[in-house]
Amino acid sequence: MGELRVIDGGGEVAVTTRLSDLLQWARKWSLFQYPFVTACCGMEFMSTAAPRYDIARFGAEAPRFSPRQSDVLWVVGTISQRQGPAVRRIWEQMADPKWVVAFGTCASCGGFYDNYTTIPGVDKVIPVDVYIPGCPPRPEAVLDALMLLQDKIQANDRKPIVVPPRLVPERAPGRTGEGNS
Amino acid sequence: MSQAVVDRLNAQFGERVLETSDAFGDHEVVVALKDWVEVAQFMKDDGDLQMDHFIDLTAVDYPERESARFDVVLMTRSSVTGARIRLRTHAKDGEEPGSLAGTWSGANWAEREVWDMFGIKFNGHPDMRRILLYEEFVGHPLRKDYPIDKAQPLVPYREVSDIDKLPPFGIEEGQPFARIDWESRLSGGDNQVSPALGVQQGQRRTLSDSEAAQQVQARIEERMAQEAPEDAAEEGSGE
Repeated sequence: MGELRVIDGGGEVAVTTRLSDLLQWARKWSLFQYPFVTACCGMEFMSTAAPRYDIARFGAEAPRFSPRQSDVLWVVGTISQRQGPAVRRIWEQMADPKWVVAFGTCASCGGFYDNYTTIPGVDKVIPVDVYIPGCPPRPEAVLDALMLLQDKIQANDRKPIVVPPRLVPERAPGRTGEGNS
Repeated sequence: MSQAVVDRLNAQFGERVLETSDAFGDHEVVVALKDWVEVAQFMKDDGDLQMDHFIDLTAVDYPERESARFDVVLMTRSSVTGARIRLRTHAKDGEEPGSLAGTWSGANWAEREVWDMFGIKFNGHPDMRRILLYEEFVGHPLRKDYPIDKAQPLVPYREVSDIDKLPPFGIEEGQPFARIDWESRLSGGDNQVSPALGVQQGQRRTLSDSEAAQQVQARIEERMAQEAPEDAAEEGSGE
């Protein structure tokens, strides 16, 4: 939450920070989502929302099926050319501040739908904050994306970012002598 | 039992059955365009055949065939006898087969899809509109001469400088086996399949010898030639 300053008043303690930091901190822990689910990635999205991965730990468990009440637009799955106006309109209805996550390869770049049917990445129609690669991505990658988005919100950073691949735990640095390759 | 259907159609229509075949156990009957609806209706109504199950109706594009560009294909089955039959007819570009929507109501949407994808209209269809694509779409994408990389966005693409992503695949990337070089094939060229498969099958020069690669190489050399004098000057001054 930005820079914290503790003031000890002899028995009474106050903590100060900047208002903008406090606001961003509040925003990043209360993301209301609008899932725009069109394809098989939806299964992984459901898994992420279910208790095993428990997206509620990040304050993002509340789906709002009206774009006017939501903060994050999850574009989950293939967006066909015919759906372009719909997704664009939904994004336009969301109130600022709003963020967009492209979930999976199809939403990020069109995937293997390399033809007349499909928009090659939803970022051709609306701006995207976080891209999640994978076909479909694992729930861990989705949580990584959510944490990246939280960092971006806290830092007030709107530059698009791609979720990096996770290290294989057994091969991560420090776990074995061989190191990560 | 499917052979019985073919025999029955031969007996009923005689010369009007142009061709029959049973390759791989799939019985097929070819009829002329004008007999299309009549034969289909007969197959459904006849007491022996009772082809009451409409499976699918689709089309095939043979752009290099001069007699008739399209085949219209009907797959149907009898839930009584279990017989399956494939009925096929030839249609020139612009010719309209009769609609089977009055015979099997399931043909309604299938014929709309054929119109959408191949541009074959069905005479007498109650609602001849596109079914999958949007009304703004120009052309029919499953025709072989539809450009493989042509998209028709409904929403104009954003033009943002910080997103340098292009449509995902280059000519040799992605699923190149799906990229049949139809322009080359239609113009009588030697390249019968996609670039990647062509290399595997020996039909095409390797990528580094292809014209596209040579053009890129020429551009690289041109750029290097432009930059070279400066490099040479720097090296000269350094020495």
